[in-house]
Amino acid sequence: MSSNSTHSKTYNLPLLSRWLEFLQSEHSIRGFSKWLSSIAIPIAALFVFLILWESGASQVQTSLGTLPGPAQVWEQTQSLYAEHKAERLKEEQFYERIQERIDKAIAQNQPADRIERMQNRQYTGKETFFDQILTSLWTVMIGFIIASIIAIPIGIACGMSNILYQAINPLIQIFKPVSPLAWLPLVTMVVSAVYVSNDPMFAKSFLNSAITVTLCCLWPTIINTAVGVSGVSPDLKNVSRVLRLNWWTQTFKIVIPSSIPMIFTGLRLSLGIGWMVLIAAEMLAQNPGLGKFVWDEFQNGSSNSLARIMVAVLVIGFIGFLLDRSMLMLQRQVSWDKKAVLR
Amino acid sequence: MKNYLHIDHIGMTFPTDNGPLNVLNDVNLKIDQGEFISLIGHSGCGKSTVLNIVAGLLQSSSGGVLLEDREINEPGPDRAVVFQNHSLLPWLSVYDNVRLAVDQVFKRSKSKAERHSWTLHNLELVHMSHALDRKPDEISGGMKQRVGIARALAMEPKVLLMDEPFGALDSLTRTHMQDSLMDIQAELNNTVMMITHDVDEAVLLSDRIVMMTNGPSATVGEILQIDLPRPRDRLALAENPTYNHYRAEVVKFLHERHQQPEKKSAKPEQQATSPNLKLAAG
Repeated sequence: MSSNSTHSKTYNLPLLSRWLEFLQSEHSIRGFSKWLSSIAIPIAALFVFLILWESGASQVQTSLGTLPGPAQVWEQTQSLYAEHKAERLKEEQFYERIQERIDKAIAQNQPADRIERMQNRQYTGKETFFDQILTSLWTVMIGFIIASIIAIPIGIACGMSNILYQAINPLIQIFKPVSPLAWLPLVTMVVSAVYVSNDPMFAKSFLNSAITVTLCCLWPTIINTAVGVSGVSPDLKNVSRVLRLNWWTQTFKIVIPSSIPMIFTGLRLSLGIGWMVLIAAEMLAQNPGLGKFVWDEFQNGSSNSLARIMVAVLVIGFIGFLLDRSMLMLQRQVSWDKKAVLR
Repeated sequence: MKNYLHIDHIGMTFPTDNGPLNVLNDVNLKIDQGEFISLIGHSGCGKSTVLNIVAGLLQSSSGGVLLEDREINEPGPDRAVVFQNHSLLPWLSVYDNVRLAVDQVFKRSKSKAERHSWTLHNLELVHMSHALDRKPDEISGGMKQRVGIARALAMEPKVLLMDEPFGALDSLTRTHMQDSLMDIQAELNNTVMMITHDVDEAVLLSDRIVMMTNGPSATVGEILQIDLPRPRDRLALAENPTYNHYRAEVVKFLHERHQQPEKKSAKPEQQATSPNLKLAAG
């Protein structure tokens, strides 16, 4: 009880004396330096960056006005959110209206096919910024998952067989540096030729973007998996020989677990590349994601466009960061090598 | 049983960029069942090569190895190996590391429950029952080596091969491990071939010490029979003249007659420089 009351009292003290109390506290020196390096320094750096941005941006004149500073970007973030809210409200109202009409039609005993037609009507408003974020995430995940499903087995096979590695390595080295923008036209042509359907499950723009992501995601995973698999410690291989493990057991009990850290390194690199590639692919393929948003704003050329593009840039960066962190967390969960420094 | 394990005039030549390198030449050794043999010699004399050939991990260039009159030409659990760096699978717990071996060797002959209790029994033998669920990264070096020994023992090998099993441990842990190994040996009476650098370890544990000459073309230099009664106690033996005699024999072999190759090559150089030194002094 007493500790509780002192705590609440501390909390009510003015900021300055609380700060002084913190400095004098038991572990103040260690605690302070830890606090300084983990929170204060990044925040200070962020402030410096914002100040430089604000002062620098106002110096640059473009045909759409000066380059926007942090304040305009924040304004546009709010306006994008407001637009999203408004769009959702419109959608809700649309369905409410439809429901009303349906109820009326049922009351008037109108023919069933007409009611059904009304029920099937979909809202066709434009995607909001937040819808576009979700589209982008969905597209990159599909591309990345397809790439992983292809790349991990190939990587394992290459790591186990030197002959296969020698055979595939030149192909990897040639295709790895190819820009997504070079793949995209080819992918577009192939998809429109092959994926012909009256009732397509996926939009072509979605397939084009996802497949382009796949093509660029393959290589880091293949290379890192192959390196991981070929680097299985010779001692562990000897253990497996002494135990006379068969091929299957050896692969699943020794080779794959041993290369899990490297496989994940490859996957993380792949996902990072995939996310970068996706934005470019969406711009050209017109997949309704963040890439298209940036492109449309650029074409739109209103006075707010630059600030909106900057919002997108920051969101793209932040999501890329979150994707990397979530892969890292997954890696920590799955990997046996807890000591390895994972950054 | 005499000639349980027969290392029959094996030689080993590795191809290198500078032509073939003859590592082992005409190594001949007969080991009885239940015998504890130590292989001692300087680094690079091919001790590990002998052990790897017996394990089947390497194929000898000439000669062969017979176990119960059958030729060895591939690795197998009947010649379990305790590796110097424990070689436990880091992603498996202590229990699972041993269980993997047990499952592999007794797939058909033991039921699941039997395999479970056999795994536990072997971990009990090396006093590791308290850490069944720990990962190798979470236990000390000595404990890892204990688990490595439990894994090898659990295979019920005809010959237990140990490649400097305690080489990476600190001396205090090493003495504990040696005592444990003696207890286990008294209980199970395995046929053991152990490689070591440590003279005390060799004399304390072995029935015979096989001393190898320096490479290249290393071979068996001398074999010393250790006739000390078991169980052996390291404290009592420290004052024992017979023990000290054996110890001196091995030290003499290693440091008088078969010095390390580096020291040999260093000597002529010193001789060459000494006249100049004399001149300078005069």
